[in-house]
Amino acid sequence: MPLPSTAAPRRCHRTVVLGIVAGVLLSGCSSFGYRPVQPYEREALASPLMALSRDPISDKHLQHVFETREGARGATGNTGGGCGCN
Amino acid sequence: MMNTPRTAAFRNRCQRLLETAISRASVWAPMLLVLVPSQRAAAAALPEERGDTLFHIYDGGGQTVLGPAVLVRKNFAEKFSLSAGYYVDEISGASIDVVTNASPYHEERREAGVGGQYLYRDTLLGFNYTNSIENDFKASTFDFSISQDFFNNTTTLSLGYSKGNDKITRVDSPEFSATANRANYSVSVTQVINPTLLGTLSYELSADDGYLQNPYRSARVLGAALPEIYPGTRTGQAFATKLVKSWSSRFSTRIEGRYYRDTWGIKAFNVGIGASWYVYRNWILDGGYRFYSQKAATFYSDNFQRPQNFLARDKELATYQDHTVNAKLTVPLITQKHGFLNHVDAGVSFEYLLLDYKNFTDLRNGKPYSFGAAIGQFFLTAYY
Repeated sequence: MPLPSTAAPRRCHRTVVLGIVAGVLLSGCSSFGYRPVQPYEREALASPLMALSRDPISDKHLQHVFETREGARGATGNTGGGCGCN
Repeated sequence: MMNTPRTAAFRNRCQRLLETAISRASVWAPMLLVLVPSQRAAAAALPEERGDTLFHIYDGGGQTVLGPAVLVRKNFAEKFSLSAGYYVDEISGASIDVVTNASPYHEERREAGVGGQYLYRDTLLGFNYTNSIENDFKASTFDFSISQDFFNNTTTLSLGYSKGNDKITRVDSPEFSATANRANYSVSVTQVINPTLLGTLSYELSADDGYLQNPYRSARVLGAALPEIYPGTRTGQAFATKLVKSWSSRFSTRIEGRYYRDTWGIKAFNVGIGASWYVYRNWILDGGYRFYSQKAATFYSDNFQRPQNFLARDKELATYQDHTVNAKLTVPLITQKHGFLNHVDAGVSFEYLLLDYKNFTDLRNGKPYSFGAAIGQFFLTAYY
């Protein structure tokens, strides 16, 4: 009689863990007793100091500087063509 | 009721189905929970109406790049937002490539762009078109994005697609002409984690094909200069994350990171930290540090020992690290409503970038190349 494979339970376990982690990340832990942040609790988040990009034109220029001098690109929210580096 | 073999088999089958359902539910339930909002989400919002003007200057590595930039945005009927931008790079000097391969030059890059956004309940649809022109390089890019807010605006999911077309020519060879196509697919999630912590996760896939190299640059094979030869395709993946934390009403910090790899063999990452605080009334001071590290492309060499299919000696494809420190001060000029203006801010920023190449030799002295660059920005922003 063949021994039961351990690969399938391990795969299942990994999938369960990944599913829970994805759920926690996407839900802000709402399904684990975490209370979502209410609109009246967002005073700090509305501050200019918390903006992901407070000055878009300034950030775009700096991203352009990095993109023309580094091999990596992407995932910065910046699109547009041209190089200025020939 | 009699327990016949048929009912026992039925019961066993039901039990197996239930066990399977529970097993699968343990995987999908948390994900399903996040797809079903617990409350009606509040409405998303259009970007702020503002006009930005910027003057930028870059000085380093023998090159000077400077010019103005403008970006204005106007909203209509609380549903539509239109933006237009213009950006100029005046480039002069001689980078290390030019010093060792050609003569110094002067050129200008002009980029113009328009964009629009449409807000429907918690969904924001956006598009942008930019067109960039240099004397030997033309690029046009169209991008489309869609963002959806979930869970009372605590989670924003964004999807993006952009398509670009480049036309490459040579100023010293009118008959030379080549094209390249660029496509980018992106997904990002921004999450309000708690009342003082905001996080974002991003992924972007880029797929380029065509003429992806610089027509002027040369590779070195046993010390002799030969034209570079790049592969005709390049696919890259970037994963990025950022966390912003408020410690008080006047102080916040941020941490960010990105990992990148592509089919050319480049592997790179950058990490950064920063802080922002109100130093005096509404004066905002930002400071930060960024570190970047890169492993060279597989077809890069400072000096090839034999010819091969692909040859590159572009220092941006080498193994190197760079460090950036930055400081920015934003000062409110007008704080009360004047006519159509709500308020006006002025700012100045300074960055110092230090690049240290591991396998790119400065042919003038035979040592590994390194250089520093100073980047300055002066900007004025009007909110209306």
